[in-house]
Amino acid sequence: MIFITTGTQEPFDRLIETMDDIAGQYPDVHFVVQAFHSHYKAKNFEVLEFLSAADFSDYMDKAELIISHAGMGTIISALVDSKPIIVMPRLLKHNEHRNEHQLATARKFEAMGYLNVAYDEDELKNKFKNLWPHNVKPLHKIGGTASDQLIESLRTFIK
Amino acid sequence: MRILAIASIGGHWIQLLRLMPLFKENEVTFISTKPNLSDMVKGHKFITIPDANRNKRMNLCKCILSVTWHVITIRPQVIISTGAAPGLIGISIGKLLGAKTIWIDSIANAEKLSMSGNIATKIADRVYTQWEHLASSKVIFNGNIL
Repeated sequence: MIFITTGTQEPFDRLIETMDDIAGQYPDVHFVVQAFHSHYKAKNFEVLEFLSAADFSDYMDKAELIISHAGMGTIISALVDSKPIIVMPRLLKHNEHRNEHQLATARKFEAMGYLNVAYDEDELKNKFKNLWPHNVKPLHKIGGTASDQLIESLRTFIK
Repeated sequence: MRILAIASIGGHWIQLLRLMPLFKENEVTFISTKPNLSDMVKGHKFITIPDANRNKRMNLCKCILSVTWHVITIRPQVIISTGAAPGLIGISIGKLLGAKTIWIDSIANAEKLSMSGNIATKIADRVYTQWEHLASSKVIFNGNIL
């Protein structure tokens, strides 16, 4: 199963439309798709508006590959679960976010080797074709909590 | 310590929860912007407030009133936020009432501090960035939520 998620704040039709095109070429693959306030009507999968925390975590758990916006919620969840993930950053020029922080996130995490990044629709199609199904593998795993360094710093400060 | 931990839904909230070892040692109340998030902090106090950003005036007013009320009634000794606007409001009110206030800028702000983070440097007792290259005289780097 491939889990596609765009977060809970704003639509991200560019990602959903690209994945809908891809899904049309892979009729045997099961796609679970969450997209907030999507205007685009997908032809090849059903789109869920909002997922409960439990459902989100269940789909994350079952997914063989995650495709998402470059939102920290999804990225952290994927890294904790050691899941392969491709992110496509929301861009200011398409009015998909208020600033370019998703682009900054994507670049930094890609440079650290933590995730696959597609900077536009064509790159997403190419990366998907290159990875699915045989080259899909997790790139990195993180633990369940913040770094000891940060926790210790906060602990000392609030004493 | 009585801690008030505030974050909006999404990445901000997920980052806040990664400070759980700190919260478990203290008496924490969580504030966020969607009721079903309480499932993720079972056993702790959880309060829902109206969400706000600077583009929606009416919601912003509701959010300010709600956060102010909760800060006054809870009287936290420490307020921690990982963003965004509601957390900044909480830190502002908390500061007025003498709480120790901490802003942790989201790890998503990898190339510059967020706008809220910049405002927080003028209000909060401590502001953290999660990227070493963004540290300055007013902004501390000391690890991250990863």
